[in-house]
Amino acid sequence: MKILVTVKEVAEAADDFELSENGLDIDERYLEYDLNEWDEYAVEEAVSIAEETDDADVEVVSVTIGPERSEETIRMALAKGVDRAIRIWDGTIEETDLLDVEARAEILAAVVADEEPDLVLTGVQANDDGFGATGVALADTIGFEWAAVVNHLDLDVAEGIAHVHRELEGGVEELTDVELPAVLSIQTGINEPRYASLRGIRQAQSKEIAPYGLSDLGLDAAIVDSPLSLTSMYEPETESSATVFEGDPSEEAGQLAELLRDRGVVEA
Amino acid sequence: MTVLAAAEHRRGGLRDVSYELISAGRELADALGTEFYVAVIGGTVAEFAEQLNREGVDVIYTVAEGEEFNHGVYTQAIASLAADLDPAVVMMPNSVNGLDYAPAVASGLERPLVTDVVGFEVTDGVTAVREMYASKVETTLSIDADRFCVTIRPNEWPGAEGTGDAEVREHDIEIDDSRVRSTVTGFQEVGGGDIDISDADVLVSVGRGIEEEENIELIEELADTLGATLSSSRPIVDAGWLPKNRQVGQSGKVVTPDIYIAIGISGAVQHVAGMKGAETIVAINTDPNAPIFDLADYAIVDDLFEVVPELTAQFG
Ligand SMILES: Cc1cc2nc3c(=O)[nH]c(=O)nc-3n(C[C@H](O)[C@H](O)[C@H](O)COP(=O)(O)OP(=O)(O)OC[C@H]3O[C@@H](n4cnc5c(N)ncnc54)[C@H](O)[C@@H]3O)c2cc1C
Ligand SMILES: Nc1ncnc2c1ncn2[C@@H]1O[C@H](COP(=O)(O)O)[C@@H](O)[C@H]1O
Repeated sequence: MKILVTVKEVAEAADDFELSENGLDIDERYLEYDLNEWDEYAVEEAVSIAEETDDADVEVVSVTIGPERSEETIRMALAKGVDRAIRIWDGTIEETDLLDVEARAEILAAVVADEEPDLVLTGVQANDDGFGATGVALADTIGFEWAAVVNHLDLDVAEGIAHVHRELEGGVEELTDVELPAVLSIQTGINEPRYASLRGIRQAQSKEIAPYGLSDLGLDAAIVDSPLSLTSMYEPETESSATVFEGDPSEEAGQLAELLRDRGVVEA
Repeated sequence: MTVLAAAEHRRGGLRDVSYELISAGRELADALGTEFYVAVIGGTVAEFAEQLNREGVDVIYTVAEGEEFNHGVYTQAIASLAADLDPAVVMMPNSVNGLDYAPAVASGLERPLVTDVVGFEVTDGVTAVREMYASKVETTLSIDADRFCVTIRPNEWPGAEGTGDAEVREHDIEIDDSRVRSTVTGFQEVGGGDIDISDADVLVSVGRGIEEEENIELIEELADTLGATLSSSRPIVDAGWLPKNRQVGQSGKVVTPDIYIAIGISGAVQHVAGMKGAETIVAINTDPNAPIFDLADYAIVDDLFEVVPELTAQFG
């Protein structure tokens, strides 16, 4: 059995961030990169399935569309037990300002065609641009069945079914049987992601990260063309009408304490 | 050219986002100078159609297939409606079920998709407004296509009101069962137990800013001192530091206390969905740009590890 996990390196904006000169992104200096939170849970799920399955040869392969910088993040996934990684990048992708959902699905679909996994795990959403759409779009593109926002997974390979819980709003879970092969978008909290062990980190150094460009995957450069374009980015006008308590921590706490007393939370 | 929105229901009732879709869809249809249609798929469609008949809806299409949401049925129903009506815009909710079918609808129709939209601007073409980087910035995306799909963020548009005079049309489709490969076998309630945080008058709520499990004690002490109830954002529950019944937000509890004190919580949209109805909101956060401050009535921009012990001490 083979499990493909999609792994994105996402950027987080520092507290004091500034926008870049062209006004279309946050200035690179204020961005910190990390493995997407949701993908961390997807990686853990894949690796623990591999560990718990009797069939000794469950292979876990990760795929990332990302620049060379993202290899650091990919190594983290490898250190946690992913067997090998694929990284897709080239000049065409580099020059695309907005790699839309359709383009990402097309690229990942080409990897699925090569690798022929039985199961694909993605995160529910990427924490930077948060489209929340890649997994399900991929499923439609490759003709796999799917389930989004999965917070419990019980795989019955013999029966060819994934018994999942989908986490709906308001503390309700939907219990669903999904035919394999399938794409599942994984929700946080489904498991407890492990820390990479020292041994894992050492082993990750010798694991393969295969670099591919669009043409290696037999894809035309035109697939990245998108009718969507990012036209502006700005800090939202603050709707805040908050009273700010100023001063040192003890003064700030004093003002809040006074408010709480006024409100009768604690006796004056 | 029309705008077609898909309503959402669960376990016999329409969800609020359905009425928000009517407001958003009507707004966009007006800007484009077109008609606005609503589709409702599965469940008691005739009854739903009556409820969806609010001001601004031109036609309601009912598709009587299945009881509960099933993405195999929804994608086929919308594809069939799109084939008949050729809507310029297919609008869906960015709800958990929206996440489960909207991308497949767009992919199947070969249309571009913009998700989690919080606003539209229409000039020559349509521009969608959405957030990025954990709501720290807003972006505008121009959509250079005659036909596209969007999902709208719940709680952004007011729910449509007023009684409408929409025509209700039944839309029959032939479901291809070979393309329905998921089966919903049931529902399960989670987050029950000893305590219901939605009963509390004062909530002291802790987020990822607390860093370590052992630091939760600090917030617990404050809550005890104030006679308040302890709640949290999702990562605290995901990490197993507090039980599920303490989680505030979209997938946890909706709370409306008199006072909500958010400590080390950024104010992600899914968290805000659960606490925006609090009467007074206090936020303590080191990041002046944290979205929680947009909501807060009282703000302390400082380190919780300095402020919280001082605050507890004030009542000592
Ligand atoms: C389908 C779905 C459903 C979800 N449902 C929920 C839900 O029900 N509830 C929920 O909460 N989330 C939910 N989420 C997750 C949500 O998107 C956010 O990831 C989450 O709310 C973030 O929690 P947080 O604010 O505690 O953490 P973060 O976003 O990491 O914020 C931590 C904050 O702490 C501040 N901070 C750090 N150090 C300090 C310090 N020393 N002093 C003061 N402040 C400090 C930081 O500035 C930051 O603002 C859901 C997500 C999805 C996709
Ligand atoms: N560039 C990428 N490389 C690899 N996986 C990705 C990429 N973008 C998105 N994904 C996957 O798709 C999920 C949802 O992303 P999104 O639809 O962008 O919110 C993420 O959690 C990843 O697992």
